[in-house]
Amino acid sequence: MFQVRIHGRGGQGVVTAAEILSVAAFDEGRHAQAFPSFGSERTGAPVVSFCRFDDRVIRTREPVMEPDAVIIQDVTLIHQVDLFSGLSPDGYVLINTSNSFSDLGFGDFFDQYHTERLMTCPATDIALEHLGRPLPNAALLGGFAALTGEIAWDSIDKAVREHFAGPVGERNAAAVRAAFDYVASKVKEVARASTN
Amino acid sequence: MLRQIEGSKAIAETVALCRPEVVCAYPISPQTHIIEAVGAMVKAGTLAPCEFINVESEFAAMSVAIGASATGARAYTATASQGLLFMMEAVYNAAGLGLPIVMTLANRAIGAPINIWNDHSDAMAVRDSGWIQLFAETNQEASDLHVQAFRLAEELSVPVMVCVDGFILTHAVEGVDLLDQSFVDSFLPPYEPRQMLDTKAPVSIGAMVGPEAFEEVRYLAHLRQLDALERIPEIAREFFESTGRESGGLVRPYRTEDAETVVVAMGSVLGTIKDAVDARRDLGERVGVLGVTSFRPFPSDAVRDALAHARQVVVIEKAFSIGAGGVLSTDIAIAIHHEQTLLRTVVAGLGGRAITQRSLEKVLDHASRDELAALTFLDLDQGAVDRERARMHATRRSGPSAENLLRDRSAVSPRAHA
Amino acid sequence: MTSQRVHFYQVGSFAVGNRLLDEDERTVQAHSDRTNSIDSGHRACQGCGEALGARYALDAAMRATNGQIVAVNATGCLEVFSTPYPETSWRIPWLHSLFGNAPAVATGVAAALRAKGQKDVRVVAQAGDGGTVDIGFGCLSGMFERNDDVLFICYDNEGYMNTGVQRSAATPPAARTATTEAVGPEPGNTFGQGKDLPRIAMAHNIPYVATATVADLHDLERKVERAMEFRGARYLHILVPCPLGWGSASAETILIARLAQESGMFPVFEAEHGVVTSVSHIRRPVPVEQYLSRQRRFAHLFGANPRPDIVAHLQSMAEENIARYGLLQPEMERSS
Ligand SMILES: Cc1ncc(C[n+]2csc(CCOP(=O)(O)OP(=O)(O)O)c2C)c(N)n1
Ligand code: SF4
Ligand SMILES: [Mg+2]
Repeated sequence: MFQVRIHGRGGQGVVTAAEILSVAAFDEGRHAQAFPSFGSERTGAPVVSFCRFDDRVIRTREPVMEPDAVIIQDVTLIHQVDLFSGLSPDGYVLINTSNSFSDLGFGDFFDQYHTERLMTCPATDIALEHLGRPLPNAALLGGFAALTGEIAWDSIDKAVREHFAGPVGERNAAAVRAAFDYVASKVKEVARASTN
Repeated sequence: MLRQIEGSKAIAETVALCRPEVVCAYPISPQTHIIEAVGAMVKAGTLAPCEFINVESEFAAMSVAIGASATGARAYTATASQGLLFMMEAVYNAAGLGLPIVMTLANRAIGAPINIWNDHSDAMAVRDSGWIQLFAETNQEASDLHVQAFRLAEELSVPVMVCVDGFILTHAVEGVDLLDQSFVDSFLPPYEPRQMLDTKAPVSIGAMVGPEAFEEVRYLAHLRQLDALERIPEIAREFFESTGRESGGLVRPYRTEDAETVVVAMGSVLGTIKDAVDARRDLGERVGVLGVTSFRPFPSDAVRDALAHARQVVVIEKAFSIGAGGVLSTDIAIAIHHEQTLLRTVVAGLGGRAITQRSLEKVLDHASRDELAALTFLDLDQGAVDRERARMHATRRSGPSAENLLRDRSAVSPRAHA
Repeated sequence: MTSQRVHFYQVGSFAVGNRLLDEDERTVQAHSDRTNSIDSGHRACQGCGEALGARYALDAAMRATNGQIVAVNATGCLEVFSTPYPETSWRIPWLHSLFGNAPAVATGVAAALRAKGQKDVRVVAQAGDGGTVDIGFGCLSGMFERNDDVLFICYDNEGYMNTGVQRSAATPPAARTATTEAVGPEPGNTFGQGKDLPRIAMAHNIPYVATATVADLHDLERKVERAMEFRGARYLHILVPCPLGWGSASAETILIARLAQESGMFPVFEAEHGVVTSVSHIRRPVPVEQYLSRQRRFAHLFGANPRPDIVAHLQSMAEENIARYGLLQPEMERSS
């Protein structure tokens, strides 16, 4: 089972992101479950959604407390919300920001983690470029595919086009591709640096 | 067709396949997505003929359903929590009149303090109303149960409530195999009312009944629920034969054959419990699960059979009767009525508190060592309760307890739930 | 009495030049010693008209009563966003009971105050349009009919916003909501339905009924103060645009409220004992299109498949309002 927790703010499509991710996993023939953190939050309030997928039937209904990956859609949540609780040292982190991971002021918090699994991605900039709106959720899923390799890029692509019909789907798919390429190249960069 | 779909949408689409003729809607979380989706189908003309009525309260919603059903239409509505209580008088009335309305209850806690999250207090509050109450374990079952519910309701002239855990199921996106129209049409024949407002054959429905016959009327309602005890498994079997899916029925045992300890529960938490039970089985413990699908009518015989060999029964309940204890537990106790069995009640998941596998395993661990008290509350913060008791003791004007407890808990674990 | 006592200065943004007024003509909100009955830190959306309306209304009520207010609140956005876990924005005694019973709970508070001889403490009950015109209507009519000493304020955002934007009996025709989707031949909410609560309130012959919008702060505050001069049941119906539910820009809440009034879609008036005593005249009449086209809930009337027939229907409703209340300035009526 692979479990993902997505943090963001109301209005950023946090719940949609988990849903699309689950559809992508479903399209790959896996069992998948997505659900929101069920608040009565207004626009701008911190929200969480979850997605888990597995080759076996998923029976559990508990929230994701020990995620394999955490996606952070809004960098202003850092130091406000307990974003990384339960994340194992083998876990992945993808943060939406144009800063680099080391500039985010985590200190020694991630010393035990794998550097090549900790990434940032300027998903809002990518979204602005391709959608004209600051909605980073779809782009981050492309980044997620590149970072973890758990879901194929084209499954995300298909699920995004299914969710957003027509030209909006096209534009989101372009954002997915751009973020995928961005993160994939960063992952390669880190890998090269660590083998040197 | 198997689709990755939100629970509410799967339910709405299945309800539409049942060809309801009157749907009345009043919004309340977490039921809203269901009625919104049905409303959109009516508005778009894909569900027709069907009247979709946006009413002004839940009391009106159930009342509209009563009028429609008494006029021979297949009627559907959905609600939760405060909404169910607001329609309470009409809920009893629909059952008393024997009108086969189907209602989805997206289970949610009852306030005050206001809380939109899941537990079973709402369903328990109407357990004596005369409605059949079926609990869904997954969204697949939630969808399937609606077709069975209309069939059951109309055969027996008894309203049926399909209980679906709010948010946990209604807002979860997962794989659901949706039925096709031809199957539903063959499984669910057109509604043939037993009583109907008809100018060609006028009847009076709802006359006063005095002491001379009231008891008989009530007893008859009870007998109809006992009939349902027969029909629920038969309908589920028939459904299984066509679809291959084990949706519905009275109870659902899992690894109970040689189990010393059996956990009993209702609804979506059964999935997490099964995971916990598998984990304990791997450690060599003999534990099993009994899911209760039909809460009303209560399947005493089936429960007794399933628990006959258990030394200990642990009932995990998402509700309780304040001042007494477990609700489901009481029915279980009456069903098994033997002194040798240890009966334990664990109240869990109130107001949406997550029920985790870790906590469940702790319960099973205590149970295996006979250390479980007769009534416990899962993951209760005893310290916070004690501190509030102390405050109440220290000052007369200690203020609203709910707010005090919130502040206390958030001071201990700041933003733990953010 | 006229509702345009103050002739304020207008800039392109419709902002009111408070600074240019005499000290005693400035609004309650213009004073640094205002009571902040609903304090900052609540969780309403950006540009929420309801948050604004509640703030104006309650601080005005506080000034009118020397800070002697108890508030009762129905379930809804205002209740939810003002009491976020684990905090509260209210600096006045405040009680939330249920969605449908706020008028009756307020009657209870008023009765207790009377029983205790606390004549100076006044009761304000507040609810959204759903809590007022739909589920709370029975209790509200009872409170009116008994003439209980309660000021009831309806924050009308024309839908059930707290539960995700469903239709209420205050939703205008053609508006898209989650239960009146913009699909089919008659997209959005149905014509020929809905309730005009201010007029229903007037039919109860209660001492004071008024409507207002968050676009005219002076008018709104004055009406609250006027309401507090009466004893008995009073009703104030405030139009509060909801950026989320209406699909409007957060920065345009005031503008949209003003356009609602200036187009005739929302008549602003006051009535005493069942008789209209003043109306806010339209100063710069605008076609309803200008009001509608700024809101995504009406988007299906414009764009690729426009529905001029439906817009015309809404325009005729606005004109009915204009005629019923005489909303045009007398000199304009002459010139047109
Ligand atoms: C008896 C009952 N039914 C339904 C609800 C769910 N509910 C809570 S607030 C609300 C909508 C509120 O709408 P409105 O009164 O217009 O206030 P708004 O949120 O728009 O400000 C609904 C349907 C409830 N709390 N109680
Ligand atoms: S949904 Fe509308 S009424 Fe509710 S807080 Fe947001 S803007 Fe205000
Ligand atoms: Mg409203």
